[in-house]
Amino acid sequence: MLNQLTISALTVKLARREVSAREATQACLDQIQRVDGKIHAFLSHDAADALAQADAADQLLAQGGNGASRPLLGVPIAVKDVLAVKGQPLNCGSKILGKFVSPYDATAIEKLKAAGAIVFGRLNMDEFAMGSSTENSAFGTTKNPWDITRIPGGSSGGSAAAVAADECIASLGTDTGGSIRQPAALCGCVGLKPTYGRISRYGLVAFASSLDQIGPFTKDVRDAATLLGVMSGHDLRDSTSVPVPVPDYTKALTGDIKGLKLGLPKEYLIGGLDPEVKAAVDAAVKKFTELGAEIVEISLPHTDYAVATYYIIATAEASANLARFDGIRYGARVDGNDPIELYSKTRGAGFGAEVKRRIILGTYVLSSGYYDAYYLRAQKVRTLIRNDFLKAFEKVDAIVTPTSPTAAFKLGEKSDDPLQMYLSDIFTISCNLAGICGVSVPCGFTQNPKLPVGLQLLGKPFGEETMLRVAHAYEQNTPWHKEKAAL
Amino acid sequence: MASAEIDVKYVAHLARIALTPDEEKKIGSQLGHILGYIEKLRELDVTNVEPTAHAMPLVNVTRADEIRPSLPPADALRNAPRQANGLFIVPKIVE
Repeated sequence: MLNQLTISALTVKLARREVSAREATQACLDQIQRVDGKIHAFLSHDAADALAQADAADQLLAQGGNGASRPLLGVPIAVKDVLAVKGQPLNCGSKILGKFVSPYDATAIEKLKAAGAIVFGRLNMDEFAMGSSTENSAFGTTKNPWDITRIPGGSSGGSAAAVAADECIASLGTDTGGSIRQPAALCGCVGLKPTYGRISRYGLVAFASSLDQIGPFTKDVRDAATLLGVMSGHDLRDSTSVPVPVPDYTKALTGDIKGLKLGLPKEYLIGGLDPEVKAAVDAAVKKFTELGAEIVEISLPHTDYAVATYYIIATAEASANLARFDGIRYGARVDGNDPIELYSKTRGAGFGAEVKRRIILGTYVLSSGYYDAYYLRAQKVRTLIRNDFLKAFEKVDAIVTPTSPTAAFKLGEKSDDPLQMYLSDIFTISCNLAGICGVSVPCGFTQNPKLPVGLQLLGKPFGEETMLRVAHAYEQNTPWHKEKAAL
Repeated sequence: MASAEIDVKYVAHLARIALTPDEEKKIGSQLGHILGYIEKLRELDVTNVEPTAHAMPLVNVTRADEIRPSLPPADALRNAPRQANGLFIVPKIVE
């Protein structure tokens, strides 16, 4: 089935004219029709527009228009509902945006289109990317394709589920504290968070500007490398994008990791780590040794402070960023007698519980009298966390950890306990605070029920090539990424 | 562990979010719990540690001061809840 193919397999078939982009797109649309009633990965999709893009791709393919400049020609890619795609709805999983339609393309989307991709669909997410389960979406929860009584992870749960359920060839998500890597782990696909500044954030609705990054969900590591290469690069419209040259990341996938040093942080083997997850990660570490890598025990001593640091910095930034949703320039409005009343009523009606909780926490930690005690202190601890990583990377080429302490949990299991939900991000959050890169790859399954387990690799700032080389070598020597959820 | 008290009503006002009394109560207790957890940052000595605002410290980022295409006014107004004559319509601010 065409919808199950990777980008690399599909583009080969398209180039040989064995299949058309229309057939590949139709296969994805058929799969959505067949399974999305159960999974609810998509908030909406415009089938006619997707097929029109496919026909345009087929015309270019007929003229030999694929090749180095269009590595994604004819490949259907779906998008998290937080990225602007011109002419398509954008809701961020929230009611507050009303019937918003994007007036322009995000830079990452522009680059995908220029590379020939068929950009379609709006994928479900926790409201404004705040959550770890998609249960905070205002439009219903996405289900895990491996077990529909369980969450797919979050906040990019729709992006992970859509790839795991073969409703698209690949998808885009965003990662502020693990929102790509954790759902990728829980749904059994590859999820990559690039180094901060690698991909422009222009056209990404900001949650926490110093932490947010766009990244791909794919069916294998090679596809993640391809999408990273397409989307990366300096952008004058994002002052935090970094002018570092973009290599061909697929060239780094040599399969050879002999002599590389991989760090195993002792602080990550904590209580609360599920025994089956631990067993899968231990087996992965053994595999790395077999492949010729050297395992080095390292210490990231401030790990235990990462969640607290994150929930101060991320909420503080969110409270400022989300001030723009005030019912004046866009979105839904609830009228009031004066502007203040209008803002308060609009935001009271438009935001869900988790978003309100985080804006209020962020407002509090920034407010007069508390700024030094909370926000400034958290920024200093952030320095300590970043230094832990920079010091570790003097000794190792990449770091190996579990992605999430458990496999997918049940719907509703943690939704009434925000702190427990926050603590499920313990292994992914530090990466964003430190600004480094990370990727989750499948590394096994729990037994009963059968649920995917993810392995996280963390790389140096702009060290994606080495990190992906390690991830790819592991993947090619294990069977996990070939398994499909029964739907 | 003593958790910080948070005046939810006041902070919600600062954040311009109207809460129902039930929401105030629920958010108050949840935030007390979360702030209690956050207190653990006090265990660390951060004397002489510089704060990190951004992991990639870039300074004085500017671009050439050139006229370039921007969003046409009609497109900028298209998503507005109320608009007229090329303007956003808002409640009266000055008598």
